Amino acid sequence: MALLEVDDLVVDIATPNGTLHAVRKISFSVERGETLAIVGESGSGKSLTSLALMDLLPRRAVRSAARLRFDGIDLLGIREPQMRKLRGNRMAMIFQEPMTSLNPAYTIGNQLIEALRCHEAVSEAAARDRALQLLDKVGITNAASRLRQYPHQLSGGLRQRVMIAMALMCSPDLIIADEPTTALDVTIQAQILRLLADLKSEFGMAMILISHDLGVVARVADKVAVLYAGDVVESGAARPVFKAPLHPYTRGLLSCIPIPGRTAPGAPLGAIPGQLPNLIGPQHGCAFRARCAFAMAECEAEIPLVHPEPQHDVRCIRLPALEAMA
Amino acid sequence: MTDISAIAKSAEVVAPTDAPPRSPAAAFMRRSLRHSGLMIGGIMLLVIVVLALAAPLIAPHDPYAQDLARRMRPPVWHLKGSWDHILGTDKLGRDYLSRLLYGARISLMIGTLTVLISGTIGTLLGVCAGYFGGKIDAVLSYVVTTRLALPVVLVALASAAIVGSSLNGVIVVLGLLLWDRFAVVTRSATQQIAQSDYVAAARAIGCSTPRILFSEILPNILNALIVVATLEMAHAILLEAALSFLGLGVQPPLPSWGLMIAEGKQYMFFSAWVIGIPATALVLLVLAINLVGDGLRDVTAPENRN
Repeated sequence: MALLEVDDLVVDIATPNGTLHAVRKISFSVERGETLAIVGESGSGKSLTSLALMDLLPRRAVRSAARLRFDGIDLLGIREPQMRKLRGNRMAMIFQEPMTSLNPAYTIGNQLIEALRCHEAVSEAAARDRALQLLDKVGITNAASRLRQYPHQLSGGLRQRVMIAMALMCSPDLIIADEPTTALDVTIQAQILRLLADLKSEFGMAMILISHDLGVVARVADKVAVLYAGDVVESGAARPVFKAPLHPYTRGLLSCIPIPGRTAPGAPLGAIPGQLPNLIGPQHGCAFRARCAFAMAECEAEIPLVHPEPQHDVRCIRLPALEAMA
Repeated sequence: MTDISAIAKSAEVVAPTDAPPRSPAAAFMRRSLRHSGLMIGGIMLLVIVVLALAAPLIAPHDPYAQDLARRMRPPVWHLKGSWDHILGTDKLGRDYLSRLLYGARISLMIGTLTVLISGTIGTLLGVCAGYFGGKIDAVLSYVVTTRLALPVVLVALASAAIVGSSLNGVIVVLGLLLWDRFAVVTRSATQQIAQSDYVAAARAIGCSTPRILFSEILPNILNALIVVATLEMAHAILLEAALSFLGLGVQPPLPSWGLMIAEGKQYMFFSAWVIGIPATALVLLVLAINLVGDGLRDVTAPENRN
């Protein structure tokens, strides 16, 4: 049984102009020890998906699903006090902005220790030992003196390492990393990603990595789900999806990334014309059709999920035409 | 594992800030010492507090002892003044300096207790309104608006007329009336902080709502609260003086500064010091508290907003 099973997850947001269908019936699962990458552009519903899993959606957003199970626990039927016991303890989250995700009023040590003592009846000294050990593990030297520092005394990269250590304090089964490297310098990004991947295999955790950056994801993901306008347009094992993307949107995304050595200097980078469709009101058909070069009248109808190869699902009816092109 | 040690050797992590980290308290002290307004106000306030606390030790006479033979003695700098009564005596022959010192205790006590009561009420309402929003915010904002529509002095007058006036009465009435600014300030500060990532992170760690309110949000709005508290303290002290002047606050023979002004008003044209001395003390105290409040706002603002 998978650690996390999500079937037909829906997130609707009530707006003055009508209901915004931010996440539309997406399904995925994560096994223990596996990394699932959720990829998409801004506004595609990736962050809302992660917040929906943690039941931390903003007040106006409503979650529903056919099935939402974490380690056999039905998250849909669970009450807030039980959910609170899972949060941080068994499902941890790493946020996008390390600069603002730590409370400026407390020292690093204080926050790490509290993260553990929130859930487990351990002594302060034991919690401090664990904090020291984890700070060391996430590559922070001089951990003992760092514990006494305040967030504003650390750089962005160090703070993100602290956030990772904080997420690990209770040894969670699942880590949800929402754009963990977006706010960091490119040089630090690679380090943090490597660190996350190493820690994940060392602790045997599952990870959901949310990113808009396919280059970031390709290196660490086992599985990928490409999200467009609140719907999974392509999903499967990372290798086939990145090697041979099938959906026009995934292809477009991949062509946006310059590859050193292969992209000629001065050659125009790929771009996807147009913008995300308006998700307010009832939605039908392929959400990408307005921007798709291969769109035709049939794309306005409901699009079934097709399985062109094992562990590779695509929501597109134009695959034969695309194959013929290639 | 090799990867992790490789990361640890990279330049970014290896260079920790070499200077010993300056604690926020030390940085705060350093900035405070440079702020002249805060220093002047702080020293004035400190002097008044010390004098008030030490009143039983340093007061030359019993503040309640009447001596009709020595009534309306002028202060020492006057031609007819004497060192026996440095600030003279009032119409009942009580030593004015002693009454002034004991009066400072009353003013400070009213200021502190009123702010404790109103601060607790206002902060609780403001934090709840700001954090929960929605209907709770609408209801609490309505309560604040209703409170703002009540004229403080009139309500204080009415309650004094109903339950009679006393020192405790003044403290309770002012405490129950002066929480509006606390509520307004904490509400907007809380709204801002409730949006912040570290509150979201605290929820993702599994913190309970009371924990988020009191240990995540409250420490971060403390600087705004301290500023409001000082200003409200000055406000409460002035209101007490006004109520006592009208005869509806502290009752004689307690030595309140407002009462001393009231008692001296019939003599103000011939013995201006009877009003001048307590009025000056009141102005100095309120000025000192306001200087401290403004100074604290300047000093606490910049760094915690990172």
